[in-house]
Order: sequence, then structure tokens, then C-alpha cells
Amino acid sequence: MNHRAISLLITLSLISIGCLLLALYAGSLSISWPEIISSFYVEQKTMAQQLVLELRLPRAAAAFITGGLLALSGALMQVLLRNPLADPYVLGISGGAAVAALIAILTGLSGLALSGSAFVGALCAMLLVFGLSHGQGSWTPTRLLLTGIVLASGWGAMISFLLAISPDQNLRSMLFWLMGDLGYAETIGPSVIVLIAGLLISISVARNLNILSQGELQAASLGVKTNQLRLLIYILASLMTATAVTLAGSIGFIGLVIPHLIRLMGFSDNRILLPASALMGGSMLILADTLSRTIIAPQQLPVGVISAAIGVPMFLFLLYRGQVHRL
Amino acid sequence: MTNLLTTKDLAVEIGCKAVCKDLNLNIGSGECWAILGMNGVGKTTLLHTLAGLHPAVSGQIEINNTTIENIPPRALARFMGLLLQDYEDAFPGTVMQTVLCGRHPHLKNWQWESEKDLKIARDALAFVEMQGFEDRSILTLSGGERRRVAIATLLCQQTTLLLLDEPTNHLDLRYQHKILSSLSQQIKQNRQAMLMIMHDINLATRYCDHALLMFENKDYLSGKCEDVITAENLSRLYGYPMTLIKSNNKEIYLAG
Repeated sequence: MNHRAISLLITLSLISIGCLLLALYAGSLSISWPEIISSFYVEQKTMAQQLVLELRLPRAAAAFITGGLLALSGALMQVLLRNPLADPYVLGISGGAAVAALIAILTGLSGLALSGSAFVGALCAMLLVFGLSHGQGSWTPTRLLLTGIVLASGWGAMISFLLAISPDQNLRSMLFWLMGDLGYAETIGPSVIVLIAGLLISISVARNLNILSQGELQAASLGVKTNQLRLLIYILASLMTATAVTLAGSIGFIGLVIPHLIRLMGFSDNRILLPASALMGGSMLILADTLSRTIIAPQQLPVGVISAAIGVPMFLFLLYRGQVHRL
Repeated sequence: MTNLLTTKDLAVEIGCKAVCKDLNLNIGSGECWAILGMNGVGKTTLLHTLAGLHPAVSGQIEINNTTIENIPPRALARFMGLLLQDYEDAFPGTVMQTVLCGRHPHLKNWQWESEKDLKIARDALAFVEMQGFEDRSILTLSGGERRRVAIATLLCQQTTLLLLDEPTNHLDLRYQHKILSSLSQQIKQNRQAMLMIMHDINLATRYCDHALLMFENKDYLSGKCEDVITAENLSRLYGYPMTLIKSNNKEIYLAG
């Protein structure tokens, strides 16, 4: 690993910590730094401590984990499909989760039952894409991508249908779910494990991924077991997407933009790209979430709106620059 | 001379189309083979089959008396390397990163490329005269430069057997000769072997000592160039009249 890569990872770690501190500090009630720091080790039972430990910290942690999961699975999907425009949602995993979640909201479920059905919906979508694209023939990126995109638009139609038949009082919570919202994130424990396991496993095959992104035949001729590897990253990316969507709904653009940002900085080696994407995705989502709850406080915007508001122009800029530099 | 690769009664198909049947080849160390044949006759499929990337219908491919199905992929990739006909780069990467991919089968899972690997990669780049391109993005290379980087990647793999699918694609006249002559020299010196698909008969006769002619009716001819490459065989091979012209002790085949 060269010095540039090490300093990138260290810088991104520091930025992540900075974003986390900002999220603890920013809010409608201003809390001083000494109060924030002491709330971690002194039992005070003050409102400030409650606010920091029970509201702001879990929310910032959920934002970091969701962002990390999305950026990591976006990077993996791009290698899996050999398509720079792929993102975690391109195969319709979020669509399946959304349909299941909307049905759960319609039937009056909430809390854990809602998250649970979203996760089951995501898993169903993942199995459906896999089963249909695997078929008897070969498992080519194009076939996988086409199957996923067609199913995703199918899920989209079902979402419109569900929205059309839903009573008015459900619409608001449904829309928030569809746009992504960290306010409902609970039980982040399992998702921490998914993120750490996903990161470790994907880094352990990162050099294989470098070879795979050169093409399946080239990878096979260099001794990579391509079918096994592609199945592994499909399952990893899908599980991480399912976890992220369950935690916070469909938050856009993080998964698409972050890996490209890292590549644009000149790090296309997956051994660096993957951990850097996770760190940067995490800190970007903390930042977006902090903005979403402070810009027009006390009212909250869905975080998906802010991340898209940052993501869309950034991606268009990258695309434009990419044409200029042929990157 | 030792046999590096042997095929026994090999039959290969792609889709439902037969590529070859009862193919018996012995590739010995120090030998350079040219594979010649019309478009669509199955040269690439045969090469991929020899590399273990395409299953054979029947028959065996053996390396040191072991069939290649029984050799783990990474060990196989340390023994033989394949230059593909074309490369599509989906993501940006530097020339150095691309060439270092050739070290993949030699490295353990968590291992980073060492200074030794970097030196092997730099030597491979020097071989194709691409020194100084290490940090260039591969997406900014010309077709010929990209081809030379691909050849450097293959050399960086340091295999005993080299399989090349139209290595001179995109190369200008100078590099066609420079690269083929240094390759064939290296093969003879290090007792390696190479098989390459070619469309230029005169390059084949100049740099290869053996040839495999694949006819459309699944017949084949194999052996020393001087035995199998004749105007008559070539005319039959391409379904187009070929003539031999001799001048200054050089033999040149011309179409028509």
C-alpha cells in the first residue's frame, strides 16, 4: 500500500469522526462541547445527555452505517455488473423492500415488524433476480442487469399502485419511507455487524475484484474462480443493500456517486476503493442527515432529499469532467 | 525437448458447431506455434479450451501428464497465460495497475505486490517499449499502446506457456516485428512455448517454427512450418488462391 492510499484512508477516518462530532453538536437545542463530552462518561440524567446519547448519537451512527453500506454495495455492484452506472438499487432490491414496507404500513404494522417486512421484501427481490437471471444459460453481467432493471421497474409500478390505493393518512409515512429517513432507524446492532463483515469479506477478495473488473475471461485466465466470486459479491452487495434499506428507506445517490468520487481521486484499486467508499459514504450521509434536520428546524426534511440535492449536481459534474479527462 | 502441452483426441464445440475433432497436438518447449484458419473456424475457441476456459466435448488436454481439469486455476495460471483478442476497460486504472494484474496468480490473498513484483512489471513494460507509461490511465491509450500493455500483462504473469489471440492486432509494422521477434527469441532462450492465432502468413513463417492449420471441414494439419505451410495448403485453407514468391532468399506468400 503506498503513502497516498494510507493518507487517504486516514483523512477519511478523521473526516468521519469530524462529521460524527458535528452531528452530536448540531441541533435545535444547542449543547456545549464540554456537556457533549461529559455526557459519554458521567451519569447526569440531564436533557442534554438524553438528547446526545439517545437521539443524536444513534441517529448519526445509523446514518454512518447506512451510508457506508450503500457506498460499499454500490462499488461492488459496479464491479459485478461491470457498469459504472450501477448503484445498490439498480437490481430492484430496494423496490422489493419498498413494496413490502408499504404493504406493512397499509396493514398497520410499524416498528420492528415494518423493518422486518422490508428486509424480507429485499431478500425476495434478491432471490427473484438471481433465480431469473441465472436460468440455464450463463450468468452474464448484461443478463443480470437487464433482469434486475426490468424487475425494478415492475416494483416501481407496484409502488405507484400501492400509493394510489392507500388512504390519505398513510401517505405521509409512506412517502418518507420511499424517500429515505433516518428518523425511524432502530436496532442498529445487526447492521453494524453486516457492515463490518461485508467490509472485511469484500476487502479479502479485493484484488480478485480488480481482476474481475478487467473482464470475466481475463479474470478466469488469471486463475480467478469467476462464478464463485460473482455469486459472493452478489450476495454481499444485496445483503448490505437490504440492511441499509431496512434501516433508512431508499436513500439515493450515495451508492452511485461515492465510488466514482474515490475513483476520480485516482484510487481505482478495490483494496483502497472499498474501505474508502465505506468511510466516505458514511460521513457524507451523516452530513446530509445533519443538514436535513437543521436547515428548516424544527421541521425535518427526508435525508434522501438532501443526499440527492448534493448527489445529482455532483454526479453530473463528474460525468462532465469525465468526458473532458476521459477518466 | 520436453512436452509442455499435449492434446489427445480433443473435440471442441461452441454452441452446436464443431470446432475440431480428434485433435492431437504436442507442444514442446522452445516451440512457437501459429494457428491459422478462416474467420469463424474456431481458433479462439480452441485457444480458450487449451487455456481451460472452455470445456472440451471429449478428449484430454494434458500438462506434465495431468489433465488440466485436475489443476487448480491459480496453479494453471502460473503455468500458462492467455492474451485475449480484445480488452474492454470499464473502469479507469493506471498502466502499472493493469500490468500488475499479471502477478495475481503468484500472490497470496492478503499479500500486496512487493518491490520484486514491481520490477517484473517494469521489465515487462520495457519489453513492449512502454517505459514511462506507468501512471497513465489505460483509458487514454491508443489501440496499439493498449495492446502492448496487454502483452506486458501476459509477460508479467511469467508463464511457461503463452497463448496469444492475434497478438499483432492494432500494432504498427515496427511493433509487429519487434514484439514477435523478441517474443520468439525469449521463448527459445527460456525453453518456454507459445501458440498464437495469426492472420499474416508471412509473420507466421518468419517467427513461428510450427503451425496448426484449421480447415473448415474440421480437418487439421499440424507440424513444422516448412512441412505444412505451402501455397497449395494455404489456398485450401482460405478458399482463396495463394502464391509463393521467392526473392533474396526470402519466401513471401501473396494472395491472388
